[in-house]
Amino acid sequence: MTPYLLCSLIFAIGVYAIIAKKNLIKIVIGLLLLEYAVNLLLVLVGYKSGGKPPIIVPQNPSTANFVDPLPQALVLTSIVIGLGITALMVALCIRLYEKYKTFDISKIKRLKG
Amino acid sequence: MNGMSPIVKATTKVFMGFITVYSLNIIAYGHLTPGGGFAGGTMWACGFILLVLAFGKEDAFKIVSQRAASVADCLAAFTFLLVAILGISAGGFFVNFLSKGKEFNLVSAGTLLWLNIAIGIKVSACLFGVFVALAIFKRSKTSSEVQ
Amino acid sequence: MNAHDILPLFVGIPLGAGFLLPVIALLWKKLVDILAVLAVLALVVMALCVIGAPSCIYKMGNWPPPFGVNLVLDPMSAMMVLIISGVSFAVTLYSVSYMTKFTSKPYYYSLLMLMIAGMNGVVLTGDLFNMYVFMEVGAIASYGLVAFGTEHEELEASFKYLVLGSLGSGFIIFGIALVYSNTGTLNMADMARIISAGGLNRLITFASALFLMGFGLKAAMVPFHAWLPDAHPSAPAPISAMLSGLLIKALGVYAIIRLFYHVFGLTPGSEYSYILMGLGLLSMVVGVILAVGQWDFKRLLAYHSISQMGYVMLGIGLGTPLGLLGGLFHLLNHSAFKSLLFLCAGSVEQSTGSRQLRELGGLCHRMPVTSATCSVASLSISGVPPFNGFWSKLIIIVAAVQAAFTTVPGTVQAGYIVIAAVTVLVSFLTLVSFVKVQKYSLFGALPDRLSGVREVSTVMCIAMIMLAVACIGLGVLSPFVLNGLVAPARDALMDGQSYIRLVLGG
Repeated sequence: MTPYLLCSLIFAIGVYAIIAKKNLIKIVIGLLLLEYAVNLLLVLVGYKSGGKPPIIVPQNPSTANFVDPLPQALVLTSIVIGLGITALMVALCIRLYEKYKTFDISKIKRLKG
Repeated sequence: MNGMSPIVKATTKVFMGFITVYSLNIIAYGHLTPGGGFAGGTMWACGFILLVLAFGKEDAFKIVSQRAASVADCLAAFTFLLVAILGISAGGFFVNFLSKGKEFNLVSAGTLLWLNIAIGIKVSACLFGVFVALAIFKRSKTSSEVQ
Repeated sequence: MNAHDILPLFVGIPLGAGFLLPVIALLWKKLVDILAVLAVLALVVMALCVIGAPSCIYKMGNWPPPFGVNLVLDPMSAMMVLIISGVSFAVTLYSVSYMTKFTSKPYYYSLLMLMIAGMNGVVLTGDLFNMYVFMEVGAIASYGLVAFGTEHEELEASFKYLVLGSLGSGFIIFGIALVYSNTGTLNMADMARIISAGGLNRLITFASALFLMGFGLKAAMVPFHAWLPDAHPSAPAPISAMLSGLLIKALGVYAIIRLFYHVFGLTPGSEYSYILMGLGLLSMVVGVILAVGQWDFKRLLAYHSISQMGYVMLGIGLGTPLGLLGGLFHLLNHSAFKSLLFLCAGSVEQSTGSRQLRELGGLCHRMPVTSATCSVASLSISGVPPFNGFWSKLIIIVAAVQAAFTTVPGTVQAGYIVIAAVTVLVSFLTLVSFVKVQKYSLFGALPDRLSGVREVSTVMCIAMIMLAVACIGLGVLSPFVLNGLVAPARDALMDGQSYIRLVLGG
């Protein structure tokens, strides 16, 4: 129960940052928090108490008591997706600053209606 | 951009070799130890970024140029797809068709080694390209006053 | 060459083209256009081959389900692949000529190919996390394409689209984490088997609410529609056609259909049915009311996209066989006529330099092909017989009335009759809006500053004529299309057990 609640708390903080903050960079940081909260939840879902890392070594070739390795592969993919989105967002922020001369999102409002 | 002091340049010349070898080790043994293509590729890209930071744009681009990074990016991604399609000859897409030798060796997982290497090259070239695109963006005159 | 062997090529050919095009552009620039058109033409040929083929699964890497990732071909996926390939071909032909005024055309083609690969992957896969990965590939490519012109408004629209789209993806993967922790598998057929055996518990219901929020944001349903009226007009015209005609359907509506019909088990009269119908009704009404007052051509079309997606949601949410048939047929029709409308808007903008309806007029004299195809598409979307929009809207209205009598046998549920009446009213308002578009842009007097406009180039005309022929063909030949293409998709969706047997039993 605790992993779900704590990760939901970080997720909620990320959503608050996206909705309530006015600086573009703070919105980017909020989105990063949101994605990392979900990655954390995905890894913690696979945990087994008393489990071992899922690596087969020559001294111990049995797979008993491993934690679940599938969420770890999912999280690797998810981190890469987050990296791609972050790079694109930061590039857009730089270009937006070039055009509008401000990072304040309440002033970047040419599209209306 | 001129780069940094001679101490940083000398240290970088020594460290670049260590960073490259360590990241290639992480990439190549990805099927046995934690890491693999993505983690090793990120470290290698950090090595290239260190080059740009220590030596400045012009000198660093003589070692690794932007065009080389872009071409390596596309070709490595295409190699990944090619290895997957070559698996069709052995039964299906992505089938592991190379020999799996003795356990715990370097060559013991068939196509996984080549997929890791392709991903490592792609990720390093891609992250280096992203850094260069973001960092060498020319600033106009008026944007330098507001920090 | 049977359908089973060419399944991975639907994702492999666009990916390979997307990776190779920037390298080829360094060698020979003219080859880039030819290669892109050839790749999409190969996709169209392959899509036509898989239409009548028996359903099959493809095991990637020879790993059996539920351990490996599988590609599943059933009639619903075959219909979606045909829609994606057809519209992509017309858009690629159109952009050969339209995108010459932008710099870096090879990067545009590369991103376009990646977006097509992402959409094909979403509709063909049988694994939930694989669907999320391909959805992100398509979405990130589209974020880059919306900002392609790098002017003020395009950057602002792309940033807004990016933030909201990533928020939706965050909700989706949160739902995936919860579903994985409860069922222990990511294969959609295995999940369907476990949920149909054990029933819905509270965690799965919460995950389904998260999926509805996330995929609803991708499909632009009304509480989550705020990014669409900025993103779709600001993109270059062929990308607007791709976004409105394909992306909100393949990433949003298809995923909702697949999840809610197979994994969560939607039946007429359940809560999911009411929620989807309610969202569809809200989207229809809000979209068309906001669209009537618009004077920007592309922004008006974007609001109408929200409204028409409401029709599809209503048809899907009804849950009855006739309702699902109407919803799927309207999905097919909307791809054809909305893409054609955005391409016509693009050619009007290229020739006259303006998108505001008040500044246009009398273009039917100077631009015959554009105005003829624009009229065909406007009549289709308004639901005028014998064009294709009429048949699909009629089926949805009849299905709503039928559901009034058949949901609870013996009584008449008046709510469904109200829904049918609202649908007719929205269709009338759509007709009003498009009569305004026709009057201000195509007919009327030609202003003096537009006296020098000429028709657009031949390649763009061929692309528009292809889509117009599709609109007329789907309308006139609608019995054959319904029986051959849409009805098998509907049967495959309504029968959940056959999907489980196809993936796990084979």
